[in-house]
Amino acid sequence: MSSREFPDSAGTVIIGAGIVGNSLAYHLARQGVEDLLMIDKGPLPDPGGSTGHASNFLMPVEHSKEMTHLTRRSIEQYDEMGTFANSGGIEVARTDERVEELKRRMQSAKAWGEPAELLTPAEVEELVPYIETDLIEAGFYSTGAGTCDPLRAGEIMRARADAIATGAVTPEEIDAGDVGPDDLEGVGDGPGGLSLAPNTEVQDLHVDEGEIRAVETDRGTVTADRVVIAAGLWSPEIAKMAGVEIPLTPAVHQMISVGPIPFFEQFEGEINHPVVRDMDTQMYERPSGNDMEVGSYQHRPILWDVEDVPSIEEAPLSPTQPPLTDDAFEQSMMDALELMPEVLDDPEAGIRHEIDGLLSEAPDGAPLLGPLQDVDGLWSCAAVWIKEGPAIGEMVAQWMTRGYPDVDLSEANVNRFYEYGTSREWVKARAHELYQEIYGIVHPSEQWQSGRPIRTSAFYDQQDDHDARWFEAAGWERPQWFESNEDLLDVYADELEGLHRPNEWDSRWWSPIILAEHLHMRDHVAMIGDMGFGIFDFVGSDVVDYVERMAVGRCDVDVGKTVYTPILAENGGFVSDLTIARLGPEHYRVVTGGAAAGSDRAWFTSHIGDDEHVTLLDRSDSLCTLGVWGPDAREVVQSVTEEDMSHEAFAPYTAQEITVGETDAWAMRLSYVGELGWEIYAPMSKGHRLWETIADAGDAHDIRPVGMGVYGTTGRMEKGYRLFGHELEIEYTPAEAGLTFHGLKEADFNGKEAYAEAIEADNAATLCTLSVADHAPDGGQARFMLGNEPVMDQDGQVLVDEEGRRSYVTSAGTGPSVGKHLLMAYLPPAHAEEGTRLQVEYMGDRYPVDVEVVGSRPLFDPENDRIRS
Amino acid sequence: MDVLTCIKRVPDTGSKIVLTEDRQSIDASNLGFTMSPHEECAIEAAVQLVEAHGGTARVLTLGPPAADEQLRTGLAMTADEATLLETDGAEWGPRATANAIADAVRAAEEEFDLLLFGNESADAANYQVGIRVAERLGLPVVAGIKSLEVEDGTAIAGREVSGGEEIYEVDLPAVVTVKEGINEPRYASMRAKMSARRQEVDRREPDAESGPGTFEKLRLEAPSDEDSAAEVLGEGPEAVPRIIEVLEEEVEVV
Ligand SMILES: Cc1cc2nc3c(=O)[nH]c(=O)nc-3n(C[C@H](O)[C@H](O)[C@H](O)COP(=O)(O)OP(=O)(O)OC[C@H]3O[C@@H](n4cnc5c(N)ncnc54)[C@H](O)[C@@H]3O)c2cc1C
Repeated sequence: MSSREFPDSAGTVIIGAGIVGNSLAYHLARQGVEDLLMIDKGPLPDPGGSTGHASNFLMPVEHSKEMTHLTRRSIEQYDEMGTFANSGGIEVARTDERVEELKRRMQSAKAWGEPAELLTPAEVEELVPYIETDLIEAGFYSTGAGTCDPLRAGEIMRARADAIATGAVTPEEIDAGDVGPDDLEGVGDGPGGLSLAPNTEVQDLHVDEGEIRAVETDRGTVTADRVVIAAGLWSPEIAKMAGVEIPLTPAVHQMISVGPIPFFEQFEGEINHPVVRDMDTQMYERPSGNDMEVGSYQHRPILWDVEDVPSIEEAPLSPTQPPLTDDAFEQSMMDALELMPEVLDDPEAGIRHEIDGLLSEAPDGAPLLGPLQDVDGLWSCAAVWIKEGPAIGEMVAQWMTRGYPDVDLSEANVNRFYEYGTSREWVKARAHELYQEIYGIVHPSEQWQSGRPIRTSAFYDQQDDHDARWFEAAGWERPQWFESNEDLLDVYADELEGLHRPNEWDSRWWSPIILAEHLHMRDHVAMIGDMGFGIFDFVGSDVVDYVERMAVGRCDVDVGKTVYTPILAENGGFVSDLTIARLGPEHYRVVTGGAAAGSDRAWFTSHIGDDEHVTLLDRSDSLCTLGVWGPDAREVVQSVTEEDMSHEAFAPYTAQEITVGETDAWAMRLSYVGELGWEIYAPMSKGHRLWETIADAGDAHDIRPVGMGVYGTTGRMEKGYRLFGHELEIEYTPAEAGLTFHGLKEADFNGKEAYAEAIEADNAATLCTLSVADHAPDGGQARFMLGNEPVMDQDGQVLVDEEGRRSYVTSAGTGPSVGKHLLMAYLPPAHAEEGTRLQVEYMGDRYPVDVEVVGSRPLFDPENDRIRS
Repeated sequence: MDVLTCIKRVPDTGSKIVLTEDRQSIDASNLGFTMSPHEECAIEAAVQLVEAHGGTARVLTLGPPAADEQLRTGLAMTADEATLLETDGAEWGPRATANAIADAVRAAEEEFDLLLFGNESADAANYQVGIRVAERLGLPVVAGIKSLEVEDGTAIAGREVSGGEEIYEVDLPAVVTVKEGINEPRYASMRAKMSARRQEVDRREPDAESGPGTFEKLRLEAPSDEDSAAEVLGEGPEAVPRIIEVLEEEVEVV
């Protein structure tokens, strides 16, 4: 681990020696990467980034399964390195609404497998004797939570990385506990392994022909095959050196340290009481020795520009610890004093340290991970918290070396903002809004208010005229429903009985109009546009082999055919599911969901071989999509289309060029809502015209614009269609998801071996559709689940499959045509049987549910007669 | 007894100093502002004396409107009152500053028993203001003080000299300039800091006649820090030749 000489070349360069860089180095070494160089502009072990002054609290329970699992895995790693203290953590509620939220935390804890308890104020006081119980109504106790020492963990991981990379020890010896800290002393002082370059500032990245070539520093230039940006809040600055973008902004998180507190003097150790999160004031109190650290997210958002962050020389404490902005912290002080007067309101206890701590904020709060698709070999590993750092290092190391991580990282893929959400202005607008939501009660369907609209399709004004309720996906504005369809509530009053949601939470960001729109579509015809798809055309002489290699379904089909297919990683888990249409002998079109578009694009481009003649043309912003579906769809479309749209002339699952009124378009006959109809693709510039044409033609049939509520939920759930990011993800296979209808094709493709094995093997879990049997088993208000609830047997035990995966509701939505509230969940074989009665826990109560379908058979129109009519 | 402590708002140092483009001031955006450690000790001394003997502790500064931040630090250390002689931000020389302070002391309602100053300010370090105020008010002054007690209208003040300590007895009222080390200044408690933020600061205009006029700042210069760099010549026996080379050729001692 020599640090004196700056090398000329390295296999993999890691920029940044915070918790993220160190975790990456360790796990890359474990994955067999040998020639590693870690560069940081600051000294070791604390180079001055955010890792040096954090509260180091690791609170595992979140509403996101992946983030919870990543924190759990990280806690285990900190613990194994002897750098974890299991203090526990308590989130306290000051309001009734928060008590409900804590019940939802319990629900998530159960769903994701974290131990937790709901506490009364008196029980909180037993654990935290200095808390003012009059102020609180309940506590959510995460018994597995605790604190870590990320600087020490960093040192250990560096030493191990070097020892593994030089061959002095093996990962197995470390896992067996055979390698103590002393065994690592001085190993690998020779060449190779992990080289360290502290006090070395990266000044430029050299990119040539779309590939990363070298890293230029104030101590020389090092050529590199692969570079990872793990530079915390400086990451955007480094990315810019390569002409790409990592969308995050530095943000202030204020923190003070108060002491000495006499009460703590009687206890041993760095921490001896649970960390308290005072959720309703957006604050925490974290004992540390004889001090109490008081941190706040309550103050007004204070966002920085990265250029203004001082250098190490200019910073009195460190670059990420500017002086506290006093006035912003005033309310926080009052709230903390009120909650813990016994320890904090002691005149002897002074404020010994006070900072505007700087951390990274991505526009949606999730990390920014993965390959930066415009520069081969350049990776991002940013906007990561200490609580998840080691596991994210592990996952990204897996991703870099074997192509996919164990835990699905789609929601953290850096490419999710590709080419729409990377401007500083927009990132700041979102970060500003997000900041106020930290510790907030965020509804699963909650919509952003800031930075909108950023992407609008050609239909935007027309839809707005119908009083669209706008939801956003990957920046695209999409109507969720139309207030103009309110009249349909009367038309379908009988059908909707029992499906209205009396509870405010359940009906937030929702409207029964969605259900009425759905029924109207099933009876007549509806138009849905624009879904904000990612649309990628692939052309070139090698395109057939290439597309074949990417997809499970056979793609060497006749021109004009469409193929709905899973896209798999090597482990047989899902990377995506999408539709591929063959437009010509050497021309395919890939259509994928908007939210996954940026990540899918990165996946596809990264799999184009060096010598392969394949070009990607991104049509997402230049084509609009209008779906016309329902029993009357043919009549409407035929009346304005030059071509023959009959069943014979335009078969299901095929695509053709058509002319609709004045608009030259291209259409696929398929449907995600299970109806006869077409997805019509036209140039964005013609979209307005297209909408008018279809709307006029549909007038006689009372055509209605309907929203994504129908497209994405009600229609889909009735048809048992799976949604990427909900049902489909890296941890489940097509066999488990019931998507093996393609069988096993001849040609090779990504994940083929694992896919074949999965077909052969018995499923450890199978995706099922369930319905809620009773919405108010104990009387009172009927409740409607929203997704992510744990699924339990009749005894209240959460179902766990033989691979340790727990059953939870992957999607929830009402099926108006079947008159039931539907849920999807993967169930282990013993419970995956139609008619089985199970339970789900929702907001602290249990509800009986029945398994309706095992596998992908649609609940509505199981033979797909409608689509084929 | 009533004690007045005079302090000065200065940019926090301890890191590289960046000047504003016009080189008229220090770019303090990363630094924040503070007062000198001597002044913090002076406040601590004042507060302790008042705690022991009763009376009030007032902090005073001559400075820009934002200097109330430093006054509030004093209040948070449990001083009772604060006065800001508000300037437009221009630098005042030691004489002008001392005149303005002396005038303010004369005009004050309290009759101060003790005026405490830091031995020198953290930025200009003119070592003058306390002494000039004493001169103008005709009061006795002891400077560079590292121990201070008050008994029956007398201050007993100690100053470190090489090999010992000089002890002075001065009749109150008097001026004392204080040096770091006289005490361990307290960290403000949360409660004190909070009430300090809300307390009214007595803002006055300093006598314009004594204004900055006689004193003109041309520009600031930041000292270069290049020649202080340390170089690691090597480690273990391999380093010997290089060390000898340096000793012979660069340092020329061998
Ligand atoms: C007050 C506060 C409290 C916090 N508390 C918690 C907590 O309780 N729990 C938790 O999980 N998280 C907490 N965090 C967040 C946590 O600190 C960060 O998310 C985490 O440390 C980020 O780690 P990192 O490795 O990505 O970044 P950093 O630690 O910032 O590391 C990035 C490194 O990149 C280097 N670098 C940058 N530019 C260059 C360049 N040009 N050349 C070379 N090197 C460069 C920097 O010197 C730096 O060392 C807290 C943050 C703050 C501010």
